[in-house]
Amino acid sequence: MEPLLQVSELEVQFGTYAGIVKAVRGVDFKIFPGEVVAIVGESGCGKSVTAQTIMRLIPSPPGKITGGSVQFNGEEIFKKSERQMRKIRGNTIGMIFQDPMTFLNPVLNISTQVTENLRVHKGMSIHQARDRAVELFNLVGIPEPKLRLKQYPHQFSGGMRQRVMIAMAIGCDPKLLIADEPTTALDVTIQAQILELLKEIKERLDTAIILITHDLGVVAGLAERVLVMYAGQIIETGTIDEIFSTPAHPYTWGLLKSIPRLNMKKGQKLTPIWGQPPDLLSQLATCPFLPRCDYAMEICTREMPEPFGRNLVKCWLKHPQAPHVQYNREVS
Amino acid sequence: MKLSKELFSFLQSKEIQVDIVRPSTTYWQDAWRRLKQNPVAIASLILIVLIILVAIVGPLFSPYSYSAQNFDSTNQGPSAEHWFGTDGLGRDLFTRVLHGARISLSIGFVASLLTLGVGVLYGGIAGFAGGRVDNIMMRFVDIMYSIPFLLWVIMMMVYLKEILPENAGLISIYIALGLVFWLPMARIVRGQILSLKEQEFILAAHTIGASRWRILIRHLIPNCVGPIIVTATLAIPEAIFTEAFLSFIGLGVSAPKASWGMLASDALTSLKSYPHLLFFPAGAICITLLAFNFLGDGLRDSLDPKMRK
Amino acid sequence: MAQYLHDTPILEVKNLKKYFGQRVSTGKTKHPQDETPDMASGDKPKILPEKQKRLFGAGGGAVKAVDGVSFTIKTGETFGLVGESGCGKTTIGRTLVGLYKPTEGSVIYKGVDLSKATGALRIRNRRQMQMIFQDPYASLNPRMTVGDIVGEPIDIHGLASNKNERQERIQQILDLVGLNPEHINRYPHEFSGGQRQRIGIARALAVEPELIVCDEPVSAVDVSIQAQIINMLERLQNELDLTYMIIAHDLSMIKYVSDRVAVMYLGKIVELVYSENLYANPQHPYTRALLSAVPIADPEVERKRQRIILEGDVPSPINPPSGCYFHTRCSSALPICREIEPEKTDLGDGQWVTCHNL
Repeated sequence: MEPLLQVSELEVQFGTYAGIVKAVRGVDFKIFPGEVVAIVGESGCGKSVTAQTIMRLIPSPPGKITGGSVQFNGEEIFKKSERQMRKIRGNTIGMIFQDPMTFLNPVLNISTQVTENLRVHKGMSIHQARDRAVELFNLVGIPEPKLRLKQYPHQFSGGMRQRVMIAMAIGCDPKLLIADEPTTALDVTIQAQILELLKEIKERLDTAIILITHDLGVVAGLAERVLVMYAGQIIETGTIDEIFSTPAHPYTWGLLKSIPRLNMKKGQKLTPIWGQPPDLLSQLATCPFLPRCDYAMEICTREMPEPFGRNLVKCWLKHPQAPHVQYNREVS
Repeated sequence: MKLSKELFSFLQSKEIQVDIVRPSTTYWQDAWRRLKQNPVAIASLILIVLIILVAIVGPLFSPYSYSAQNFDSTNQGPSAEHWFGTDGLGRDLFTRVLHGARISLSIGFVASLLTLGVGVLYGGIAGFAGGRVDNIMMRFVDIMYSIPFLLWVIMMMVYLKEILPENAGLISIYIALGLVFWLPMARIVRGQILSLKEQEFILAAHTIGASRWRILIRHLIPNCVGPIIVTATLAIPEAIFTEAFLSFIGLGVSAPKASWGMLASDALTSLKSYPHLLFFPAGAICITLLAFNFLGDGLRDSLDPKMRK
Repeated sequence: MAQYLHDTPILEVKNLKKYFGQRVSTGKTKHPQDETPDMASGDKPKILPEKQKRLFGAGGGAVKAVDGVSFTIKTGETFGLVGESGCGKTTIGRTLVGLYKPTEGSVIYKGVDLSKATGALRIRNRRQMQMIFQDPYASLNPRMTVGDIVGEPIDIHGLASNKNERQERIQQILDLVGLNPEHINRYPHEFSGGQRQRIGIARALAVEPELIVCDEPVSAVDVSIQAQIINMLERLQNELDLTYMIIAHDLSMIKYVSDRVAVMYLGKIVELVYSENLYANPQHPYTRALLSAVPIADPEVERKRQRIILEGDVPSPINPPSGCYFHTRCSSALPICREIEPEKTDLGDGQWVTCHNL
């Protein structure tokens, strides 16, 4: 099958006073039509920058794409003009942000904002667009759509705003939906509603979704495939079952062992990853996780590991000569 | 590719310990770094330092005194002897402009300092106390604002001239300007404090038992230094300008002392014949005001980068 | 979490209420956010008692952030308070440490009513109850060095007799929270989020507290660092005999760290339960919904789970629903739930719940 999105060797950096921050350092991945892929990592690992780069939304300066390519539907995104990009954004690629308030214009009513996209991209008349907006509101579960369309963003609660944003993102039947921390700002019960909605949308519209999050729980509930990012690199990929039951990278182990789960047995303890997240100002000659890794080997101090195996695990432990270390989630 | 076996032995000790790698920069270093990127502000800063230096040192090297009259050479144009020419009483204009700089700048700085002292405390107390105290204090500020400020200053000047002894022209200007210039500062500081006092570090200071006074002085005010400095800097040119205006309408310092405003005012009578008499003091006022304003804007950008957006 | 539990309460909270006056006081302000239909029609505007009228201006509604909450915290335990944003959990924490004055009710610390305590006793009580804040960026004064931040409480309470002692004490505390004591002259912005949170903890520890209220101690910290902070809090509890009250929205975290958990909804505690029974035996429908909404980082569990999805949003605390506050979103609500506020039902084993439908 042809991939819908192919990102290769992507490198993005930001110029700051303290030096150049390499936010994304050679990222490769493919997204196939209709699949849900999660990009997981801590803040500053480059997951959001990667997503913004796909949409060419990196502010420049200070941001700069220094290498690589992004192909969407077989077409190179980086070669498109700003005008062509506008036809893609909000049309064939939809985007959902963490904070809907920064995305919605507070002085325009919701109707204007939702229909604008439809009129621009689909050439609908005002009436067609309004009908479609009502339809979309029904789809994302906003009660009394006709009344709600006349209201302004501040009259919506956080969860409802997020639904509006999802309605806007899926309005033009995008092939790809990028959801950047879609539930982080929401309460748990609202988060559950939104996640349920995303699942439904995925099933009904067969849209591919890139889910960007730091919450492994959200990943486990929604995603099919996972890319784990650390310090601007993808350090491991896999299906959710692989990532959660047989993860291969010590960082993924550390992440899984350091978060409390509701179904943990009594007396089971968390094992923190020690040290601090990497500073992206520094140049990396070795594995960025080395200073925090419990399984650091001599070779790790000398060379950057190549991605090993089908799941592209960037760790020397995957080298055939390396000692065999088994991941065990229950041991503390 | 076969690699040697030792490469795959686990590291025994953790030699690589990542600690803080960020460079240690204080707030001031950071602000200075940003200010340096603004050439106009830096040029203004250099200019201001030069003006101050010249105002302090200049008159010492001048062969003329600011009050010495010489009727042999009145109303001369600029020449090698008299750089800015001479006035109707034969006084060297360059020396008089230098002396005027002393007076004008001192008025600017004193007004700015008074603004700092009174405005910061007043606004700080109002903002921190909140509620009724804040309401009363700020309504007073509003009332002061509602009186046209020049009218207020003029009234003060006239009144002060009455009660103060002769030759106290400078002091009465200080007082009159000081009494009105703190108003914007009080408003700005109060606004800052209101937004700061709900911050978690202020709550933390309360929980560790810090007194209200301590919270105001150690936590709140230091965190509004940016806007305070900007406002104080921008108060300097405003005070100089106001003084120039007062002198122009005859309420400034008394002769033979001369501020820039008075020099300009004196020049007005013979403007058609001797325009250079107006040109130099007016030029000095313009350049100084521009420099302070550019510096103030530059400081605003560098001390509080958020305000730029 | 604690090694041993005394049954002596360190803190008793009795019928605590905290109302906030609304800024807009013109007429009956209707909250524009999603009101449920039966709330708008069925609920008559409440008549405020005289005293509150004076407090908030007649006609203006008060935000009932905390609306009658009672609980006790035992010496040495970790008491968890969980709920969604706006449920009043942070207000409770801040009222306990004295940042807010309660509108009604009392906070009794070691047998002394805090609102009545004065003088030295008051200062002692204040000292012994400290708080750790959520945001490691906003909770440290950016213009003070780490040494001054940690040293300030020492200065205020005169805990060091001279400069050397002060310095030693600060370094000792920094070491205790796993920070390099050499960084005493650094500024907060030079540290990462996790390290900054440690500075905040060090500041709280500097006054030698007995009870620490931790308001969302890890929610603003990187995922990989959260466990570090949690484990450190646990270690400090054992080393220094601390009692914690932990406030958080993250149920899995609360369950992990706490001995007992109180679940809050709209300013009231709806269920109190030992944390080992929280997942196994939740009784209040809201607790169940909350538990079922929490994502679990295990795809196998996630696939099998039956979710209880709550409809709608939390009603406004200015004009809460009648009867049981939860009835507007409750799937098992009875007619009585609309009318009468449920009483506490003791279920034994230290668990109680406020629900008509048990």
